[in-house]
Amino acid sequence: MAYSEKLLDHFKNPRNVGTLDKGSKTVGTGLVGAPECGDVMRLQIEVDEASGKITDAKFKTFGCGSAIASSSLATEWLKGKSVDEALSIDNMEIVEELALPPVKIHCSVLAEDAIKSAIADYRKKNGEAVEAAASSEKA
Amino acid sequence: MIYLDNNATTPADPRVVDTMIPFFYENPGNAASRNHPYGWVAEEAVDYAREQIANLIHVDPKEIIFTSGATEADNLAIKGVFEMYSRKGNHIITCTTEHKAVLDACKKVEKMGGEVTYLDVKGDGLIDLDELKAAITDKTVLVSIMYANNETGLIQPMKEIGEICEEKGVLFMSDATQAVGKIDVNPKELGIHLMAFTSHKMYGPKGVGALFVNRKNPRVKVTAQMDGGGHERGMRSGTLNVPGIVGFGKAAEIAMKEMKQDAERLSKLRDKLEQTLLANLEECEVNGNPAHRMPHVSNISFKHVEGEGLMMTFNQNIALSSGSACTSASLEPSYVLVAMGVGDELAHSSLRFSLGRFTKEEDIDYAIEAVTKGVNHMRDLSPIWEMYKEGVDLSSVEWSEH
Ligand SMILES: Cc1ncc(COP(=O)(O)O)c(C=O)c1O
Ligand code: FES
Repeated sequence: MAYSEKLLDHFKNPRNVGTLDKGSKTVGTGLVGAPECGDVMRLQIEVDEASGKITDAKFKTFGCGSAIASSSLATEWLKGKSVDEALSIDNMEIVEELALPPVKIHCSVLAEDAIKSAIADYRKKNGEAVEAAASSEKA
Repeated sequence: MIYLDNNATTPADPRVVDTMIPFFYENPGNAASRNHPYGWVAEEAVDYAREQIANLIHVDPKEIIFTSGATEADNLAIKGVFEMYSRKGNHIITCTTEHKAVLDACKKVEKMGGEVTYLDVKGDGLIDLDELKAAITDKTVLVSIMYANNETGLIQPMKEIGEICEEKGVLFMSDATQAVGKIDVNPKELGIHLMAFTSHKMYGPKGVGALFVNRKNPRVKVTAQMDGGGHERGMRSGTLNVPGIVGFGKAAEIAMKEMKQDAERLSKLRDKLEQTLLANLEECEVNGNPAHRMPHVSNISFKHVEGEGLMMTFNQNIALSSGSACTSASLEPSYVLVAMGVGDELAHSSLRFSLGRFTKEEDIDYAIEAVTKGVNHMRDLSPIWEMYKEGVDLSSVEWSEH
């Protein structure tokens, strides 16, 4: 299977590898996949509270080359987007950009899941915080 | 490009190719053409090759049936014995780490009304002889256990299995594809009655193989699986692949002369590869019992790194195999490693190095460097390596399986 130049570039020079403070309120962490399945993706976003925009994104992935390239690409796309815009990223866009062959489509699905899960984590942290504040006001 | 995937296939030896060429040009005859010189030359060449191959495994040339490869030989042995001995019984015993050619032939036998016992292997990859003994019943017609495993290089206890089969009076078949031509294989001494092997794993051409079928004490017969002109004493019809067989014969002759020195050289290189990688990198494990292994094979798990991805760090320069294979829904861990109890995660993290006649020391030095770099690169990228380093108990994490 021959891979596209873009995929190889993301695999060899992955962007935004790293770790954000998962305890921080402004950080959302998505951890998807399982070691037994051969792929685990951790994707994190940092959101600027004032603007609601994603200011930073980091990933680490245990998986095949396509999974690594998909998550690297996803972090590039996430930066600068609002949380809502980020939610609309579709795995098929990743498939097209990296020219993933059919057997590798699930790698991009994993990246989409990781984005969604990071956003859900961020929203849960902040949504819960907002609700807690609201209920304490009532009390 | 460095080729360390000799268990998948070996490059043909140029000496082999040279002997084949005339059988495309000057001598294009059909070995079954009995009434002109083209046919005679072809038949003579096939007979000569049959002798070369028989010599390699110390059997009579009449006991060699040519096939299109080991897959066909496995199928002929298993289905052929099942059909031929249906009066005696319908039970076959094999093991879970066999090649698909054997496992799927056995599945077919089950569909045809047979019963198959799949023996588990122990943690070291070898079968438990007591379990084998216990599995044999008065309905058992065949025990099929591979000689050496393609993924791990592990050598099963052939002699002991042969003795058990002899004692119980059942036929013993072995898929010896990964052993013949690499180490001395002597089916008669081991009590093997049927043995499949192939030319393209011993520096011969692809598309030709053989089944050894014992002719005396006991006289073994198999029901043909390919009907037609009655070639190969009725056991396998079809015009013989004369150039392929000639090349197979030459490959056998060369192997007989050179396998000992090849094995000595390759086991040193293999050990160097293995020991240096284990010294360079923490958290690596050799899969399988190192005391019962082919000299040129090493299967290593590099924890917290996925094999397919790891291979991609160097696959423009080095060809080898991983125990993690992509299917349309996910990555599939090697069933051989999983059967050994290696665990799905470590199976996904494994690489198989298989050296060959044309492997040089500098290839190994290069591979050591590239694999070390690749593992480090992939670990820098691996969330589970990070968790492991932070002391997280990975089994306590709730993974979202998909
Ligand atoms: C153990 C074993 N059996 C059977 C086969 C199939 O051999 P062939 O390619 O000649 O059909 C192979 C090779 O892939 C093998 O390793
Ligand atoms: S995760 Fe990429 S092969 Fe499946």
